[in-house]
Amino acid sequence: MQGNAGHIVARDITVAYGDFVVQRDLDFTVNRGDVFIIMGGSGCGKSTLLKVMIGLKEPAKGDIFYEDVPFWASGEDEREAMKRKFGTLFQSGALWSSMTLAENIGLALKQYTALSDAEIREVVNYKLMLVGLAGFEDYYPNEISGGMKKRAGLARAMALDPEILFFDEPSAGLDPISARLLDDLILELRDSLGTTVVVVTHELASIFAIGNNSVFLDADAKTQLATGDPKELRDSHPNDTVRAFLRRGAPEADAA
Amino acid sequence: MNAALTCTTTPEDSLAVTLTGDWLLDAPLPDIGPVLVRLRESPAPANVCFDASELGDWDTGLVARLVSIRRDAQANNIPVDESGLPDGARQLIALAFAVREREGARRKARDIGFFAGIGEKTQRVAGRSRELLEFVGELMLSFGRLFRGKATYLRSDLVQYIQEAGAEALPIVSLISFLIGMIFAFVGVMQLENFGAGIYTADLVAVAMVREMAPIMTAIIMAGRTGAAYAAQIGTMKVNEEVDALTTLGMDPIDFLVTPRVIALIIMLPMLTLYGSLMGILGGTFVGLSMLDVSIVQYATQTVNSVGLNSLLGGLFKSVVYGSLVAIAGCQQGLACGNSAMAVGESTTRAVVMGIVMIVVSASVLTVIYINLGI
Repeated sequence: MQGNAGHIVARDITVAYGDFVVQRDLDFTVNRGDVFIIMGGSGCGKSTLLKVMIGLKEPAKGDIFYEDVPFWASGEDEREAMKRKFGTLFQSGALWSSMTLAENIGLALKQYTALSDAEIREVVNYKLMLVGLAGFEDYYPNEISGGMKKRAGLARAMALDPEILFFDEPSAGLDPISARLLDDLILELRDSLGTTVVVVTHELASIFAIGNNSVFLDADAKTQLATGDPKELRDSHPNDTVRAFLRRGAPEADAA
Repeated sequence: MNAALTCTTTPEDSLAVTLTGDWLLDAPLPDIGPVLVRLRESPAPANVCFDASELGDWDTGLVARLVSIRRDAQANNIPVDESGLPDGARQLIALAFAVREREGARRKARDIGFFAGIGEKTQRVAGRSRELLEFVGELMLSFGRLFRGKATYLRSDLVQYIQEAGAEALPIVSLISFLIGMIFAFVGVMQLENFGAGIYTADLVAVAMVREMAPIMTAIIMAGRTGAAYAAQIGTMKVNEEVDALTTLGMDPIDFLVTPRVIALIIMLPMLTLYGSLMGILGGTFVGLSMLDVSIVQYATQTVNSVGLNSLLGGLFKSVVYGSLVAIAGCQQGLACGNSAMAVGESTTRAVVMGIVMIVVSASVLTVIYINLGI
């Protein structure tokens, strides 16, 4: 099944709101098992690119290929089937506020699997254990803290064992230790499940801790400036903007 | 191949669980009951071990089951030997048990008796009424600040609220009032014609519209239209912490958000009512002229003579009362909103229900008062 070209391939993507072009000529490849970082300054279109990848926004030009199958050129039904292999963690969790955590996580299981209620309960319990929220099944989202919402959102994103996990700013709004634990969790999941992970972030600590592949978007050039391992980009990329971003703007002599 | 599970006790008294086939979420999974039963039996097995040499594909379906087995084993102090499991599954199980369950987090189902339930509900109603009274008090203080020129609010906001609660409501008020006028005229013509008093349809429509129907119908329209919008706007602001942001800047949310809305409705509802009365009378005239054998001059004279200044002012006073009730219900529910999307929906619903109930109750009270005063 595995295509030679990589798990996710973006070809010549242009994203635009009406006439306003956010990013153009995006070309990158995400390999299976990568932790792929979409990075860049604020307002450069990182989250918009993520929306294109998860099927919320149609690109103005180009297409995303999952295992060599074009996403936007496929029919509605095929797209739905492809989306079922995605799991997405939204910026602030986006848990459904009318449902308990158990119902939030169980909804997709109920809809798309033949599991009985007891089995769903078992799977939900396990998913919550994975994110360190065992025992919180019957809480409503507004009864738990922001960090817990994020972890519950991750448990929901993982409900159907997705092949690809998308994260929108996973460490935003988390304290450094929680952010670090979330990073560790992302790596553990990648290692044990073989999940491909796509992360939108501008947290340098996270970028270097988990990323092994990346694309750097620039708001001024309105296109990608670099793609590859973020550590290598920091040390040896010819473009000044990319190096400066990855060194927090510090001059090269100071950087380790 | 379908997933299957067998458990046997080895000569060393350990419970050997053999897993075969594909353990995937989208296929039925085998029952782990026998394993759990064995774990609780005495004498308990010395340990649990796994044989996964025949295991095919697996996903969460397998791991969730294994986690259950391990949790039960731990509860019975039976060691679990996971060396026979695939590496990935072992890591996931370790990860699941890495964070201990927080003490006291788990909720027990709350079982309260029938009478305790009634008591709780009653207390909640009492609490709500108290909140409403407090809110009215706050609003009075805010009006005091407004008249002394000490309230902070935006003129442009007030103008916008007036536009939203006034001009933009004209189409729906026209439609409803016109139709209500027609309905009254139909009923009037059918009944009064029997006595040869068809011309009094004009009186019926005019008095009913001006004194009762136009104020009530317009107020109910505005409760559904503007009261609900107020509750949703302020409630969403509460969810987004915008109300807190106002408070921290030293601005009273009531001065800034509530008072201008209340003023807008108090000004606009009487105007809409006046307009609604006119539309209702027009609707009545339309029906009256087409069904009765009267001239337009006769009908108009009859209408003008039937409605005195008292009726008109009485109707307008009612609409001032209704307007303030609708605005109070909307804004109070908005400010009392919880912090979720659900809560916004609940307070919007409550704002409309409360608004309509208060309109109808005060309509009854006012009618009795008017009758006693001879208005």
